[in-house]
Amino acid sequence: MRALVDGTWGFAATSELTDDSVVAVARQAVAQARANRSAQVRPVALAPAAPTAQGEWKSPIQVDPFAVPVADKVALLLAANEAALKVPGVRFVNSGMSFLREEKTFANTDGTYTVQTLYRTTPSMSVTAVNPTAGDFQSRSSAEVAPMGLGYEYVTRSDLVGNAPKWAAEAVEKLKAKPVEVGRYDLVLHPSHLWLTIHESVAHPTELDRVLGFEANYAGTSFVTPPEKVLGQLKYGAPLMNIQADRDQVGSLAACGWDDEGVKPETYMIIKDGVVVDYQTTREQAPYLDWWYKKAGRPTRSHGNSYAQTWADVQFQRMPNVSLLPGAKDTTWEDLIAATDRGIAIVGNGSFSIDQQRYNAQFGGQLFYEIRGGKIVGMLKDVAYQMRTPEFWSALDMLGGKRSYQLGGSSNDGKGQPSQSNAVSHGCPPTRHRQINVINTGRTA
Amino acid sequence: MTGFIDHTAPRGLLATARHLTRDECEAIARRVLGYASADETRVTISSGTTGNTRFAVNQISTAGDSYDAVVSVRSAFGRRSASATTNKLDDASLRAVVQRAEALARLAPEDPEAMPELGPQQYQEGAGWSEATASLDPGARAAAVRAVSEPSRGANLVSTGYLEANAGAFAVANNKGLFAYRRSTAASMTTTVRTPDGTGSGWAGAAHHDFSKIDAAALGARAIEKARRSVNPAAIEPGRYTVVLEPTAVGNLVQLIAGALSARAADEGRSFFTKPGGGTKLGQKVVDERVTLSSDPFDPETPGAPFGGDGLPQRRTTWIENGVVKNLAYDRYWAQQKGVEPTGASGFRMSGGDASLEDLIASTERGLLVTRLWYIRPVDPRTILYTGLTRDGTFLIERGKITRAVKNLRWNESPIFLLNNIEGMGRPVRVSASEDGSPGAPIVVPPVKARDFNFTSTSDAV
Repeated sequence: MRALVDGTWGFAATSELTDDSVVAVARQAVAQARANRSAQVRPVALAPAAPTAQGEWKSPIQVDPFAVPVADKVALLLAANEAALKVPGVRFVNSGMSFLREEKTFANTDGTYTVQTLYRTTPSMSVTAVNPTAGDFQSRSSAEVAPMGLGYEYVTRSDLVGNAPKWAAEAVEKLKAKPVEVGRYDLVLHPSHLWLTIHESVAHPTELDRVLGFEANYAGTSFVTPPEKVLGQLKYGAPLMNIQADRDQVGSLAACGWDDEGVKPETYMIIKDGVVVDYQTTREQAPYLDWWYKKAGRPTRSHGNSYAQTWADVQFQRMPNVSLLPGAKDTTWEDLIAATDRGIAIVGNGSFSIDQQRYNAQFGGQLFYEIRGGKIVGMLKDVAYQMRTPEFWSALDMLGGKRSYQLGGSSNDGKGQPSQSNAVSHGCPPTRHRQINVINTGRTA
Repeated sequence: MTGFIDHTAPRGLLATARHLTRDECEAIARRVLGYASADETRVTISSGTTGNTRFAVNQISTAGDSYDAVVSVRSAFGRRSASATTNKLDDASLRAVVQRAEALARLAPEDPEAMPELGPQQYQEGAGWSEATASLDPGARAAAVRAVSEPSRGANLVSTGYLEANAGAFAVANNKGLFAYRRSTAASMTTTVRTPDGTGSGWAGAAHHDFSKIDAAALGARAIEKARRSVNPAAIEPGRYTVVLEPTAVGNLVQLIAGALSARAADEGRSFFTKPGGGTKLGQKVVDERVTLSSDPFDPETPGAPFGGDGLPQRRTTWIENGVVKNLAYDRYWAQQKGVEPTGASGFRMSGGDASLEDLIASTERGLLVTRLWYIRPVDPRTILYTGLTRDGTFLIERGKITRAVKNLRWNESPIFLLNNIEGMGRPVRVSASEDGSPGAPIVVPPVKARDFNFTSTSDAV
């Protein structure tokens, strides 16, 4: 239970659902809010939200993963492992599938009462190949298989058994890949890789709580500040860049009927034609942008981006799905490679790190292919690119069309103290970015 | 800390944080084992209260207090096993969780690596409980926050931070007569103080199982000082620098070795601790001979559970002694395969020297002083190579003195390389080395001066 008392929050939780325990928790939340008030400077004010008297929502699953026999799940995983282990050079394989079914009931004193059933499904696999004489080992994860808000039909569709020999062969091929030469390259980024770059370099810096300084001690602040000098003015990237937020895409991890403040989420643009036009908000945050919404002739309302990882954690601003919209032309992954003279194509997400204001980032990947004269000529290894966010997105000069758009995502996006995990999808087409700095991460111990 | 008491708080808030007692855990374990029909049944019971208070822009932003008790049951029929978990402790729910674990265990394939449950064990008594932590209520947390936020506000600076205090109990029992129980506390407080124009940022933090050992006002003063000194940082060329790493930064990096100690991964050729050509690096010198790394749950500065999740007694383990690999981490299965004793230990201590941080700075002709490291992620497990950035207080040292603040830098570096390049070490201290400010595993490390730290790019982030 979260309580707002004279402009200060309190929160208490218990797993004991007796009348006495629930009343005690309510009292505890109020008492805590009163204790917290001793350090109040600016009282919390909430944007209005239309109440939902009776609401129900369910993830669009076709096959309930909890109805599938465990024996079938185990058989599938062992078959995938066996298929990978048949490839010479493979030494270690693991595979797994995890499922979530969450029943979430929400009520508030504004008159909202909602019941939601949320599903998440995550099939995964990792293959490690070893070259014992060289003391080398390389791994390949099933990065193209994103976690989704779907049912067991997604496990079936992911076809771990069918893909395992390919992933295993690629792990072995990485052992023989050519170490990359450092320098500047045109990067062609597959959606299975790019979703994470969008997550880190676009979705996080446009969270309004970071912008206002509320996350400075851990997740950090943001370079997309101050709002009065950013909204409608800051060029984030090339005019090709259009970033949309939603909690609506079918099968996406952030999809829901109502957020954890009882607000019906909106679909809205964060970046339009390369320029920042909005931030992610909750009811507490939207009033900070009152001037901007008035100017645009819009009411000051939360976008519905409040989330708590469990009943025991207080809700706060978490990103919705934040996606790069595809281009108007029917461009494909192959078209981007064919148009590139000297570059590197990157498939799958790998190592990732970004600073606390989201300027300087470094990303690895699963597979790196050298492009020469519009063709892939071989595999590279020890590749990571380093970027400064506005320059990286300004260097975007080609992107795929609707057919090439895919969802990636993560079910463990960390933020807040105590750190809470959010589940979020990011859709994108493949992109090309000109002249990005590539380093070689290989060292000898 | 001032003696703030909130008289509006219910009495319950001021009592020791709620958790299950030894007797309550024994009773739950008996009930669970009474419902069991599997060949082997293990029950683990985790209970406790967690309280936290966050502050931002010089005021409390959110806080939370929650209580939970979770029972997990592992059932095994021969080599088939499975687990199920519940947080409902009534008879019907406990019976149901046993039935679910047993139903799943019957469906599971045989595990060729299954190990039998342990029989009764002897455990050494450990430390790790503090009444000061267990009785910390929201009012006392708010008072600790004000010890940081009020001076920051008075100095026209912007403070943000986090205080967490946990108190709980963990118990393990099985149908072979094993029973283990431990209660423990953990606390941490961290703060980041920034200048209103966003050109300076300073951090300070501490973690301890005993909250009375954490001085909130001193943390605030340190972060305020760093925020002031870090304004208008100058850009320097990335490259190899001599660094003086404060203990938190050393903890951020050196604790990563703990995650790479798997003996099995080393034996199977997929670890830094694999010897090229086969075998492991046991007995091989891998870092400077001044370095010893160990884990000891009975060290009062790094207290840990005297038993693991399966009831295995934990003991002091030296991983690296005088630079030489002495032990790797063996689970019970791999230990049996290799004919050695299984290892199990939490917490991490690194040896140090006699220098003070000031001595290390004074002896540096040109280098960088680093407060802490951030967004640390693995790049290459072959060398335990990680990347990340400096944050909240990075300074240039010239001719033995701090001369100015510098912009943050991205690094690509391995704790192994760092510990091969040591030029000097200070006295080891307990640090808050978790990036998220949670209490984390207890870490005791010294400040370290090292050469050739690999910075690969600069960042504009403050």
